[in-house]
Amino acid sequence: MTVTAHPEVVPRQLTTTHAASDRIFHGAARTVGLFVLCMTGAIGVFLGYQSIPTLRHYGLHFFTQTQWQPELDHIGIAAVLVGTVEVALVALVVGFPFAFMVALFVSDYAPKRAKSWLVSAIDLMAAVPSIIYGLWGFYLLMPRATEVARWLSEYLSFIPIFKVNTDAHAAVWQQSRYTSSVFIAGLTVSMMTIPLACAVMRGVFDQAPAGEREAAMALGGTRWGAARMVVFPFAKGGIIGGTMLALGRALGETAAVLIIVSPDFTIKDRILEAGAQTTSALIAGNFGGATRAQLSALLTAGFVLFLITIIVNSAAAVVIRRSRSGALTEI
Amino acid sequence: MTTLDLPTRQGTATPDRPPPSSAAPSSAAPRPPARPRRTRSLTREDVLALVGSVAASFSLVVIGYGHILDFSGILGFLVCWYVTFIAVYVVVLAISLPRAIVVERVVTAMLYVAAAIVLFALGTTIVYTIGQGWRALDHLNFFTKDMSAVAPSAPLSQGGIYHAIVGTVVEVGIAVAVSVPLGLGTAVFMTEVGGRGSQLVRTVVEAMTALPEILAGLFVYAVLIVEFGMAKSGIAVAIAMAVTMTPIVARAGEVALRVVPGGLRDACGALGASHWKTVWKVVLPTAGPGLVTAVILAIARGIGETAVVLICANASNFLTYEPIGKPMNSLPLFIYTMYITHEPNAIDRAFGAASVLLFMVLALFVAARLLVRERKVR
Amino acid sequence: MAMTEESATTARGAAFPLTTPGALEAVGISAWFSGTLVLTDVSLSVAPASVTALIGPSGCGKSTFLRILNRMHESIPGAQMAGEVYLDGKEIYASGYRITHARKQIGMVFQKPNPFPAMSIAENVTAGFALTSTKLSRSAREEVVETSLRQAHLWDEVKERLTRPGGALSGGQQQRLCIARALAVKPRVLLMDEPCSALDPTSTRRVEETIAELSPQLTIVIVTHNMQQAARVSHNTAFFLAEQGAPGGIVEQGPTHQIFSDPSDPRTADYVGGRFG
Repeated sequence: MTVTAHPEVVPRQLTTTHAASDRIFHGAARTVGLFVLCMTGAIGVFLGYQSIPTLRHYGLHFFTQTQWQPELDHIGIAAVLVGTVEVALVALVVGFPFAFMVALFVSDYAPKRAKSWLVSAIDLMAAVPSIIYGLWGFYLLMPRATEVARWLSEYLSFIPIFKVNTDAHAAVWQQSRYTSSVFIAGLTVSMMTIPLACAVMRGVFDQAPAGEREAAMALGGTRWGAARMVVFPFAKGGIIGGTMLALGRALGETAAVLIIVSPDFTIKDRILEAGAQTTSALIAGNFGGATRAQLSALLTAGFVLFLITIIVNSAAAVVIRRSRSGALTEI
Repeated sequence: MTTLDLPTRQGTATPDRPPPSSAAPSSAAPRPPARPRRTRSLTREDVLALVGSVAASFSLVVIGYGHILDFSGILGFLVCWYVTFIAVYVVVLAISLPRAIVVERVVTAMLYVAAAIVLFALGTTIVYTIGQGWRALDHLNFFTKDMSAVAPSAPLSQGGIYHAIVGTVVEVGIAVAVSVPLGLGTAVFMTEVGGRGSQLVRTVVEAMTALPEILAGLFVYAVLIVEFGMAKSGIAVAIAMAVTMTPIVARAGEVALRVVPGGLRDACGALGASHWKTVWKVVLPTAGPGLVTAVILAIARGIGETAVVLICANASNFLTYEPIGKPMNSLPLFIYTMYITHEPNAIDRAFGAASVLLFMVLALFVAARLLVRERKVR
Repeated sequence: MAMTEESATTARGAAFPLTTPGALEAVGISAWFSGTLVLTDVSLSVAPASVTALIGPSGCGKSTFLRILNRMHESIPGAQMAGEVYLDGKEIYASGYRITHARKQIGMVFQKPNPFPAMSIAENVTAGFALTSTKLSRSAREEVVETSLRQAHLWDEVKERLTRPGGALSGGQQQRLCIARALAVKPRVLLMDEPCSALDPTSTRRVEETIAELSPQLTIVIVTHNMQQAARVSHNTAFFLAEQGAPGGIVEQGPTHQIFSDPSDPRTADYVGGRFG
């Protein structure tokens, strides 16, 4: 700024006096914002505070102990945490390809008139209550998915996670060994992660710059070629961010998991086998008869889940915001 | 890379002088009005390749299935068919087409199949739920009675879910009455008032939209029910729901408000309006449909919250309209308690209640869509 | 019309086929947008190795017509066309003619420069090959990049930074990069939709030099608002007009010097005389 010509010129200090109604308005808005901030922050603080007695009592064993037997004072969330992550990962591994492909389909390949219906269908899929998916998963999916599980354990058992503790080649195979597993729970949860990730990805695919798309088409590129060259580099942030959001959702899913799994407190490295447990199902299933101490333990488990979810979702938000597509995304 | 040989036109123009101008638009002699051409990027051979591959792979799998890979069940058949189809399709296309086109066609086929699978899964969810619930829905008493003095396994002509429906409506109603003003107020704070606190609020709100509902329920349980001795009742559920719904309304509301053009606010300021008047009379009405959509979506989310009701409510059989002090049943809780018994009639009831829940969500959805369309027409 | 010397290098063509400039003929073209007729019964013959300018006031369908020539029009939702377009005698809208093949032979440069920002300058030039999965050896790739950038009069400015991102150039440089990209795949026809309207005068001059040099090897159709530019660069000109509320069409077409100095139609005379537009 060149001030050399008139050194004595200095900006005025302006004060703004708002109307009385505005001062009330601003004050009220600030109060509401503050209240919501406190309310939501209180949850985290409360959960954290309640975890202190539990952690003091059990120490780090809380994270290594797999059993959940309050009456014997053996409590630990090792198995539960592993189960939570496993179910979420299955939901992601199954769900990501579908979410990605459907998002690309709706954005680029679907007939234009069908597009708004498809978008609504995806949003509807996200809005269906999870307990309905739980019922669907238990009654409709599970009988058929156990056959797929059996095939996987039969032919891919050299991969350790696919082994099942039963004879897959037997003429009459034990279906019950394949039910209520991490695999089936993960498949059901994927019904909830797919629409979430798909909606975010489709949003960013749609916003890929049209000029670059046109240029790719004018060079003789196919739709897939234009997508690879223009849309995907642009949408990287939205793809990753959408997936992480879906992961966050899968980690906290309760109702569907509760209906499908049969609780098993071991660290399960075999996802096709019956028995599993996740943090939220643990909490929902055990709070009923819980004593003060047990409730505190459940709250600690909840706090751990809270931290994990916050970290995953904040990371997702950062990735989305920093990417080229992020500035335009409203997730 | 050849194209079909087509009848060619004799070149008419000499290199220097193109023929003189064709008929000018306004002085055209009456010609039949032109009709649009159908331009397709799929050629006839493309269609044949596709249909042929589908048929060939189907036949192959029908013959070989069950013998080669010891697979059983319809799911396995479909997977085998899909894999075979892709393989056959690639081979058929690669015979005559350049690589880029083969890739494009195969990708197109895969995308169509993926979308069909996802839509099919959604469709089976809806159809199966309503189909299984029909037995219960068929009885009028299902909608008008509660389950007092009726066992879960009692025949479907007895009892009903009226109390659960009332419970859901009351709980969601209270939750909405609490979360909408709070959420919209926060949204207004974030967009209109701003300031240093608003970024912090925005970050926290964004983080809290991802809060698993079970933690909200656990929080209410541990604080209100255990510490303060509040009974497990409708109000407890409503509070936990409000905790989950408020960040959603706040965030979606903020998006709706941000979209209102800044020029409108400037115009109001230039007319001498106070900030409050600007927001109340111009910004909120302009963002109106977007805000209502945000609320509707939050309601759809709240209706289905199962984890919260599992923790904060007692499944009662009796109808009550009082949210305070008395146990109040709701649709998700009812579904779960019926499911747990594993009795056939109870399961029918569970599906019936699930169908009602589904109808509610669908109705909300249709309402939101109609609102969006109305906004576009405006 | 300004003619400059031949560019220093011409393609040695070892790795990719030489093409001859194409003859383009449009017969009876009409176009609709969502049911509204915007172009009616337009016919135009474009001779090989000539430059044809399409002039006329804005909104009379010049760009729409241009996009029909390389089948870009139909990718707009709600767009329809009628009539035929022949490239070297083959009708490109016929059901046996692959659309990507048509676009490879009829290239396009757009009004707003649209280089791919995620790719380097060199990668931008060879993008057409990547899109059609055509493999290039390393030496062929370098040759294509240098030749195309020289043809677009951009080589000297960017030869030191070929690996820098394609978006980090000035507007004029970006547009010349897009021209190089379009030229790299050796089309028979190049369509240009107001390529200089967003550029400064120096870049405009460079683009016009490029057009002049390319002309013997390439058929060019250029839409332009700038009548002086049309007069400078083109052999033939077609004047488009849309009367009030009516669909657009060609009023008069012919050799450029005739259109500008001695037009037959009074509306043409009014337009080139600057009395409206």
